[in-house]
Amino acid sequence: MAYKIVASQCTACSACEPECPNVAIYEKGGTFVINPKKCTECLGHFDIPQCVAVCPVDNTCVIDNSVPRYQAPA
Amino acid sequence: MQKLLQLHDFGGPGGKTLDDVRREAAQTGCSSTGGSGKASCGSGAGQGDLPPEIWDKVKNHPCYSEQAHHHFARMHVAVAPACNIQCNYCNRKYDCANESRPGVVSEKLTPEQAARKVLAVASTIPQMTVLGVAGPGDPLANPGKTFKTFELVAATAPDIKLCLSTNGLTLPDHVEQIAAMNVDHVTITINMVDPEIGTKIYPWIFYNHRRIEGVEASRILSERQLLGLEMLTARGILVKVNSVMIPGVNDKHLVEVNKAVKSRGAFLHNIMPLISAPEHGTVFGLTGQRGPSAQELKALQDACEGEMNMMRHCRQCRADAVGLLGEDRSAEFSTDKVMEMDVNYDLAARQAYQAKVEQEREVIAKAKQAELAKLVDETSDIKILVAIATKGGGRINEHFGHAHEFQIYEASSAGAKFVGHRRVDLYCEGGYASADGVEPILRALNDCTAVLVAKIGICPKDSLEGAGIEAVESYAFEFIEQSVIAYFKDYLARVGKSEIRHVARGDADIRQGAFTET
Repeated sequence: MAYKIVASQCTACSACEPECPNVAIYEKGGTFVINPKKCTECLGHFDIPQCVAVCPVDNTCVIDNSVPRYQAPA
Repeated sequence: MQKLLQLHDFGGPGGKTLDDVRREAAQTGCSSTGGSGKASCGSGAGQGDLPPEIWDKVKNHPCYSEQAHHHFARMHVAVAPACNIQCNYCNRKYDCANESRPGVVSEKLTPEQAARKVLAVASTIPQMTVLGVAGPGDPLANPGKTFKTFELVAATAPDIKLCLSTNGLTLPDHVEQIAAMNVDHVTITINMVDPEIGTKIYPWIFYNHRRIEGVEASRILSERQLLGLEMLTARGILVKVNSVMIPGVNDKHLVEVNKAVKSRGAFLHNIMPLISAPEHGTVFGLTGQRGPSAQELKALQDACEGEMNMMRHCRQCRADAVGLLGEDRSAEFSTDKVMEMDVNYDLAARQAYQAKVEQEREVIAKAKQAELAKLVDETSDIKILVAIATKGGGRINEHFGHAHEFQIYEASSAGAKFVGHRRVDLYCEGGYASADGVEPILRALNDCTAVLVAKIGICPKDSLEGAGIEAVESYAFEFIEQSVIAYFKDYLARVGKSEIRHVARGDADIRQGAFTET
């Protein structure tokens, strides 16, 4: 799994972009998106995903069940 | 001890204790004068007993000097969309063309676009003296974008003063950079110094990579705000404090906030009414939290004025506002238009224009003094509010039907004092009176005895008089304060001769939202 940003909710405020420890968040088509290949759900970095913690609109940064769960390096 | 360590951590003045810093801060801030107990600085009409170096910094700043706001313009560039705290009076989700309030903008800019826009505006509006970054998020939650903008503007338009507005959470981390970039005005929004009260205003903050809620969030925010304030004033950077007045939440507490910020060297306090229309979708809007009435706001500002002068001319501008306070020219300077504009930044022409404005201000000040001298023998206790229709320049030069707002002055035997402004919907549009009629304007001016205008039609004049408000055209195109004093003297004379009877007026409405011309 990775986190994804619900485009219809995103205000493009950019608060999440600099907080992502994996530089997985970028602007695309007027909103922000998360590259699932880079997202580690903040495992090993922080207790809670930074995009979820900083996003001002609730339920905008949510789990994306369509991608496989992140595998932390052994 | 905790605070002393923090000061040191953030590069506070070497070897100084917090008490030293506080003492210095108090010296650069307001000092009380004996008799009246009134603070010796603020946004009054003239220099007063402000130290010359502070007056020099504020005299052409429309947001810091009530007098300057008639003559000088400012612009905000919306380069800072991210925020690190959540306020119950803010909703980041909606950016609707029909609404206007702080935190809402039409388009966000890159620092390069912003610098281009500043040059375009400054070339078009020679009165533009101040560039502010005020969001739409928090400028210091976007430090890279904010400081890059300042750097670009300072390189190309060195005469423009830089200022920023912040919630203060990361302020202590940025004080050194603010000082290094020659930013000499900072506004901090401080709504409480009691974290228990803060819990009703701030649901969470994002700090040290954590979302923090409850009383801890407000405690951290308050500590960081006050520390940042102390660090700025210790460096001689002027600090204004903004507070949002929320009836039943922090209205009484703001007197304590006023004392706390004054003792730390803030030189001006701006208490603004809560904006909480339900359609804005803010927590306060949705829970039915009301904003203050005009008289509640004035009473609180008056109560704090014993401590320090209060700012009363704030229009709660958008983070992309352009022009004089009370006008909005941002639509003329959209990114598309700015990119096509022929930009000719003529520093000498700007300075020549501003010198002319200075001369005009001196004439206005002398005219006021001369009129004031005629009040010397008056000992009446009567105080009245007078509304003014103006489009700037310190004159009564607006048609009643064309006024987007009225400026309110309190007239007494002490003279004319600016006490605020009231936004209204245009009465007259395209030559026709508005469908809603004059009623909303009557409610906005209900506490006023008279309205001085350049011109007014017969119908609205009759409506005003029916509501007990005298509409006066005889001071058309004259200076505002001089005219208010002259009207007051005439009013007293008529009361003395029993031609009219002085009656106390009621309360008035504050219209929701920041100023915009649509």
